[in-house]
Amino acid sequence: MPSMTEAMPMTSPMTSPMILAEGICKRFGSHDVLKGVSLTMARGEVIAVIGPSGSGKSTFLRCLNHLETIDAGRINIEGDTLVANDAQGRARYVADAEVRRICARMGMVFQHFNLFPHLTVLQNIIEAPITVKGLKRESILPKAEALLRKVGLLDKRDAYPSRLSGGQKQRVAIARALAMEPDIMLFDEPTSALDPELTGEVLRTIRQLADEHMTMLVVTHEMGFAREVASRVVFMDGGELIESRPAAAFFAQPEHPRTRAFLESML
Amino acid sequence: MDYVLSIIGPLAEGSLVTLKLFFITLALAVPLGLGLALIRISRFTVASQAVNGYLWLMRGTPLMLQLLFIYFALPFLPVVGVRLPDFPAAIVAFALNYAAYFAEIFRAGIQSIDRGQYEGAKVLGFSYSQTMRRIVLPQVVKRILPPMSNETITLVKDTSLIYVLALNDLLRAARGIVQRDFTITPFVVAAAFYLLMTLVLTWFFQRLEKRHAVYD
Repeated sequence: MPSMTEAMPMTSPMTSPMILAEGICKRFGSHDVLKGVSLTMARGEVIAVIGPSGSGKSTFLRCLNHLETIDAGRINIEGDTLVANDAQGRARYVADAEVRRICARMGMVFQHFNLFPHLTVLQNIIEAPITVKGLKRESILPKAEALLRKVGLLDKRDAYPSRLSGGQKQRVAIARALAMEPDIMLFDEPTSALDPELTGEVLRTIRQLADEHMTMLVVTHEMGFAREVASRVVFMDGGELIESRPAAAFFAQPEHPRTRAFLESML
Repeated sequence: MDYVLSIIGPLAEGSLVTLKLFFITLALAVPLGLGLALIRISRFTVASQAVNGYLWLMRGTPLMLQLLFIYFALPFLPVVGVRLPDFPAAIVAFALNYAAYFAEIFRAGIQSIDRGQYEGAKVLGFSYSQTMRRIVLPQVVKRILPPMSNETITLVKDTSLIYVLALNDLLRAARGIVQRDFTITPFVVAAAFYLLMTLVLTWFFQRLEKRHAVYD
């Protein structure tokens, strides 16, 4: 089924969607995790992806930046093809260097932070700009400190991650991703590993990014956050994208019975 | 006491041979072991299996046999057949043997690093080699310090095997004096030498561990 976006010419990156995913299929062994998921994301959108565990929402997110490879489908990032089907309908990725170049536009924040334990907070943030981008330490330092100030952790710059709370770790992880100046931020259940009283500080940081019009895709169980921060909410279940609507409409009048059942179960 | 002082000189000379073998073996076996470990965990199955076979061979036969083989049998082999002088032959045997043990220690260390570390590095744009150098191996060092300490202490004592090539290491020097003077005092002094070496090693590894504990 040709979609609107497919019909549009995609020559300028300004008119291309930030993320275009079409018919994403992914299987682990004999288990179909994603059964043809499609999603188009415009610049500045904040999309919350919700759904029961095992619905494939995290896998979908991980497919977008090549942490998982897809079996069929197409992914364009800002108009550049990351992967597309060949004539046999099997997903073919572009060359490795191109994959890395495209995925570098997406920052990612994990459920379990994945900070580098042997590096201090500041080193965690400047390591990638120095190693990957080849920047000088002095040239990245002001930006790193500005990011730490932004997430409220400048005083922890020389602490090791093991000395931080979960919420602080996650805020460092956000700053670390932002230091690479991504166009898109992907969040994979950023508050699921946190004690309830620590989720607020992380969600506030994400909300702050939304206010700055960062394009973000957030897999989350925080319904309040989805309702208040997301511009659009996507509901996934059983490897399918069931419903995708503006946040207010989504919560006020969910269309699909499975969406309704899920929302009721969350109350 | 005067007797002990009189034999310290020759025993110290023997210790030099022991230490030389020890340090050169380490300098060769550590990088070689790391290379073997990286091949072993790589997705190149043929190379990985070849390393597996190598580990089996080197860990499955006595070091003494390997020493004798490289010194006495290697010259008669086609292609690789070279006659090595005694000390170089010892170094080759020790380096090849210890690299096998180190490889398994490194592999265990590398595989103990959480997958999230690789993913965290990947989404930041790190290549595989950058991930290894900057993220994984620095953390591996900390985890393998205790087994590496074990292995290096064993190496100090294994050096005594080179007596079979008639090399005058610490133990052979001591034995020579024992046979000359009909007293076991040289053995006691040699034991003290070994204990001193392993004490320094133990202390060195303890300091390393402490230094790496800062991020616990």
